[in-house]
Order: sequence, then structure tokens, then C-alpha cells
Amino acid sequence: MRRSRKARSRKALWAVRIGGGLAGLAGGVTLAATVWAQQLVADLSSHLIAITTGFTGTEVVLFGTTDGAGDVAIVVTGPRGPVTVRRKERIAGIWLNARSVRFEQVPSFYMVATNRPLDQFVTRPVLERHQIGLPNLQLGPREQLAPEQLALFRSALIRNKQRAGLYGITLGQVSFLGERLFRTNIFFPANVPTGLYNVEAMLIREGEVVSAQTTPLVVSKVGFSAEVFDFARNQPVAYGVAAVIGAIAAGWLAGAAFRRV
Amino acid sequence: MQVYLPIAEMSVNALLVLGMGGLVGFLSGMFGVGGGFLMTPLLIFIGVPPAVAVGTQANQLVAASVSGVLAHWRRGNVDVKLGIVMLLGGMVGTVVGVWIFALLQRIGQIDVAITLAYVFFLGTIGAMMLVESSRALIRRRAPTAKRGKLHRHIWLHGLPLKMRFQRSKLYISALLPAGIGAVGGMLVAIMGIGGGFLLVPAMIYLLNMPTGLVAGTSLFQIIFTTAMATLLQAATNQTVDAMLALLLLVGGVVGAQFGTKAGGKLRGEQARLLLAALVVAVALKLAVDLVVEPDDLFTISTRIS
Repeated sequence: MRRSRKARSRKALWAVRIGGGLAGLAGGVTLAATVWAQQLVADLSSHLIAITTGFTGTEVVLFGTTDGAGDVAIVVTGPRGPVTVRRKERIAGIWLNARSVRFEQVPSFYMVATNRPLDQFVTRPVLERHQIGLPNLQLGPREQLAPEQLALFRSALIRNKQRAGLYGITLGQVSFLGERLFRTNIFFPANVPTGLYNVEAMLIREGEVVSAQTTPLVVSKVGFSAEVFDFARNQPVAYGVAAVIGAIAAGWLAGAAFRRV
Repeated sequence: MQVYLPIAEMSVNALLVLGMGGLVGFLSGMFGVGGGFLMTPLLIFIGVPPAVAVGTQANQLVAASVSGVLAHWRRGNVDVKLGIVMLLGGMVGTVVGVWIFALLQRIGQIDVAITLAYVFFLGTIGAMMLVESSRALIRRRAPTAKRGKLHRHIWLHGLPLKMRFQRSKLYISALLPAGIGAVGGMLVAIMGIGGGFLLVPAMIYLLNMPTGLVAGTSLFQIIFTTAMATLLQAATNQTVDAMLALLLLVGGVVGAQFGTKAGGKLRGEQARLLLAALVVAVALKLAVDLVVEPDDLFTISTRIS
């Protein structure tokens, strides 16, 4: 009973999030039509990535239109949170974690897609202001460290995230169909972290961001894996008891089944 | 066939995990050990976070030891009284172990600690077994060896709280089995293994227990320490992946049946020699990993605790 209610409330939450996103988008469009011309409109092929038991990663298509010539940059950012980076040092012959730096505002996922190389149409200050591209990402280091040391830890963090497939190694490609219509594919790997993502589409003209639109994207576990995860998080003791009882039953069953052998 | 593991938060090939369970189950059936010492490194190798590997392995071992005890129980090879005394020590050891685990996780040294514990225990026990079993093989060819004394008295037998264990025909201090149990409990919590490879020799050489009762009694004790470790890991560290445990279990149960049959064809000393070689090989591999410079000196972790 309790579980089913929880499941329903989770569904309701999505509905609110997705509905809110769509309503915001629709509101923006009508407002734009009446007051000034909306310069950029974009949407996703799906606003929910459902991690089911058979989840192996998925692709979401972002498509949109501009009101004329210009360049488009897409930034996908996962929920931000703290990450600890540790460096190993050789102590008494073995490699131990020694120095560590904690970054407070690390996106769990980060991808950028553009229609042509960034340096061809936008200046450094603009990239920094909008946090476009890995070098301009603000991670919020907590420790006060010498800049060159910090840079080492920062690049290690990015390298580790890239190895896990969570940060883009290269810029994604935004392709234009004609002058106004554009689209790009965003790939989410099997280990994609859950949470509320922001997909930001920016229209850039003469080196300045002239229009931007943010679309929410929910990554959530659903079905059996979600049930297991919620159970383990919300009632850890009951989950432990269930795991033990399940194991005893399975062991008993196996012992009985193979008794003759 | 990919399956998403909800607690490890990763997708694995179900057939690969089933196969690993089967292989380790085969070996454990053949040699009569739990096989946790092989499974935990294998899980870490395929990318399961070490903490989840240890917690899940404890859960899987509950099932493995239940089915193992059933077979021994039917033959009357379980000394329940001694098992319960060991268990009391085991509970203390498990609580202490889970606490140490959480502490190491907080200061970021859990991976190294797990590996070091493996190298130390597997290296020592493996080397001892290797020496013992090769001696036994040589002795069999020259059957003039003297018969040793039935009981050797060392300081351990002078400890207080003497207790009588009728089933094992022992009159020893209760602190001794309780202490062995406590060490076993700590191993379950920190290394994700039943600790049979340590408990069995300790019971034979320190307690002088009849060999026939050793396997059943240690398994009996392991059921409870692994169950407790599962509970504590789930409650404090949230590192028990039921989905992964289920996959390992299915593979393990089937593998163990074939392993037991294959083991029947091996002679005791040969089986022990092979097992010792395997244990030493795992220890060496892990030791090399500790000493060789890693590809990337930096690691990241998102879990706060």
C-alpha cells in the first residue's frame, strides 16, 4: 500500500516537472509572439530518461529553430554536488591516497554541442560567463590551494569524469537544416547519474548570446530497480532484513533441490 | 544481456556475472571453501565499487553457507554449542569490522585497506597451505613419518572460562573459539568473505577440533556473521545490491554442485595444493597492483560518507 502510494507520488512529481517545463515553454512562446519575436525555440524528443532494469544508455534528440542566421551552443548539465578528488602517493612502497581536494559544485554530467568550433564565433569572457566548455566550468573548490596544484586536481576530476563517459571529450555536433532549423543528438551512457538535468540552448550572434532557453530533463530509475533503490535508501534496516531472509530462503531451496546430487 | 544494478548504479552483463558466480561456485564446491576471497576481487575488477562488492558478497555468502550447512547437518557434522560460542565472538567482530569499514571509507583509504587485508591474509594462509600440502605429498611417498602427539599444550590452553564441548570432545577456554569467531566476523565485514580459509585452520590447529566437524561448524557460524554483516552494511553503508547478490547466487549454486563432484575425484593433498596455489596467485596479483604505479594517480568519489 505504502509503496504504491510512493510510486504514484513519484509519477505525479514527473508530471509536475515535465508539465511545468512544457507550460513554461508554451508560456514563453505566446509571450514572445505578442511582445517581441522569440529568437530561439528548442525542445527535447523526451523529457524523461527512465532507467529500467534493462537500461543500457539512451539518446535524446534536441531540435529547435532560430529566427535567422546565427550560431547555436547546447549545454547539458547534470545535478551539481560535491566530489572529492584524491591523489595517490607512494608511501613505504605502496600507493596510498594522500592529498585530497573537495569540489562543491561539480555537475554529475556535462556535454556541449555546437554547430562549429567555439573559438570561431564567441569570445572567452562570454564562454566563461555562460560556463560553455570544460575549461570554463565552475566547480567550486573548497580548499585554498596554489593555482597550479588546483589546476592539477581540476584536470584530474575532468579526466576521471570523461573516462566514465559523463563529460564530453569533444564538442558534440549541432547540425543545421537550412538556415533556421537545427538538431543535435545527446547520448546518455548506462551509468548516467539520476536527477534533474538542465539543457540550455543558446543563440549566439556577433560574439554575444542574444537568446537562451533552458529545458528540464529528468533522469530517474523506474520499475524494479527504482523499487529496490528506494527501499534500500528509505528503509535500510528493513532492506537488510529482507536481503538476509531472501538469501536464507535461496540457500535452503538450493540445498534441498540438489539434495540427491 | 545487460542488467542494471540499482545499488551499484551500473549496468553489467548478466551472463558474465552468472559465469563468475558459476566459476567461483565450482572452485568452492571443489575445495570446500566459501570462495568469497576470489569473488570480491573479481567484482572489483569488473568495475563494481569495492564497498558494494564487499556488502553484496556478504549477502551472497548467507545463501551459500545455508546450503552448505544443510549437507553437513544431515551428516551430523555440526557442533552447535561450539558454533554458538564462536558466534558470540563473531557478532562483536562484525560490529567492530563494519565500524572500521565506515571509518576507512570516510578517510578515503577503504580500497587500499581491503587490498592490503587480502594480500596479508591470502599471502600468509596460502603460503602456509602450500608448504603443508607439499610436505604431505612428499610424506605420502615416504610413509615412515612419526605420529605426532594428540594434544600439544601451549599458553592458549591456560586461558580462563573453561567450557566442555561434548560433541567435539574438547575442554577448552570459551575465549578461544570466541576469539577465532571475532576475527572471522571482522573479515566478513571488511573483506566480504566468510573467512572459512582462516577459521578452518585455526579450529584445527588452535582448538584441536575433530577435522570432520570443522567445516560444518565454521559454516554454521558463518551464516550468522554474514547475515549480520549484510544487515549492518545495508543499514549503515547502504552497500548491499540485492540484484547482484541474486545473480551471483544462481551461478554459485549451480557451479558448486559440479565442483563438489569434481572435488570427489581429487585426493586431499592435491586439492589443498591446488587451492594453495590459487590463493597465493590471487595474493600476488593484488600485491603487484599495490606496488605498481597506477595509470592515473587521481581518483574521484561522489559519495560523501
